[in-house]
Amino acid sequence: MSWAGPEDIYLSTSLASYLDKKLLVLLRDGRKLMGTLRSFDQFANAVLEGACERVIVGDLYCDIPLGLYVIRGENVVLIGELDLEREELPEHMTRVSTEEIKRAQKAEREASDLKGTMRKRMEFLDFD
Amino acid sequence: MLFFSYFKDLVGREVTVELKNDLAIRGTLHSVDQYLNIKLENTRVVDQDKYPHMLSVRNCFIRGSVVRYVQLPPEGVDIELLHDATRREARGG
Repeated sequence: MSWAGPEDIYLSTSLASYLDKKLLVLLRDGRKLMGTLRSFDQFANAVLEGACERVIVGDLYCDIPLGLYVIRGENVVLIGELDLEREELPEHMTRVSTEEIKRAQKAEREASDLKGTMRKRMEFLDFD
Repeated sequence: MLFFSYFKDLVGREVTVELKNDLAIRGTLHSVDQYLNIKLENTRVVDQDKYPHMLSVRNCFIRGSVVRYVQLPPEGVDIELLHDATRREARGG
C-alpha cells in the first residue's frame, strides 16, 4: 500500500482530507463528540484533540470538555466536517451549564422510563 | 468487489444513505472505498428537526458498517449490467 499523495487525498474516501479540521463524530451509542482530527487509520480509529461531548436535550445543549480522545473505529457512525461559517445549531436552542444539562438529561431519562412502565402495564389492552 | 465497482460508478450522483440508527442523509456521492465507507458532499439530513447537531455538517464520512440502505437515483440502476456482472463474478472471472 502506498501513501496517498497530497493531490489525491481530496478524491479518496480516506479521512486524510479531514486532518487538523474541526469535526463532529457521531458514535454508535448516540453520543456526539467534537474536536480536531489529529490521526486515524483504516478502521476509522481516530484521535481527537480538544474533544468535547455535545449533549442536547430538547432545546438545551451543553459542550462538556473531555480533552484528548482516542476513539475505537467500530464505534464511529459518521464523521462530519463542521462548516464554521454556518450557525452550528438552530437559533432557538440555548446553551446551559453542565449541571443544568445533567439535570435535564436525568429528567428526560426518567420520563422515558415512566413511559416504558406505563406501556408495559397497558399491554393487556393490546393496542399498538 | 462488485458493489465496490458499482458504487464507484455512482460517484457524483445524488444518493440518500440510511443508517442503522435511522438517520437518513442525502448528498452527492463523493467517493467510496473497499469497506463501502462513503463520503458525501453537500449533505442534508432528511429529518432535520430531529438531528439539529447535523445542521452545520456539509461534508461527511460514513463508516460502511453502519449503513443500512443506499437509495439510488433510478437512472443509476442498470439491471442488465448488474445481472451480467453478477454472473461473471459467480463464475470467478
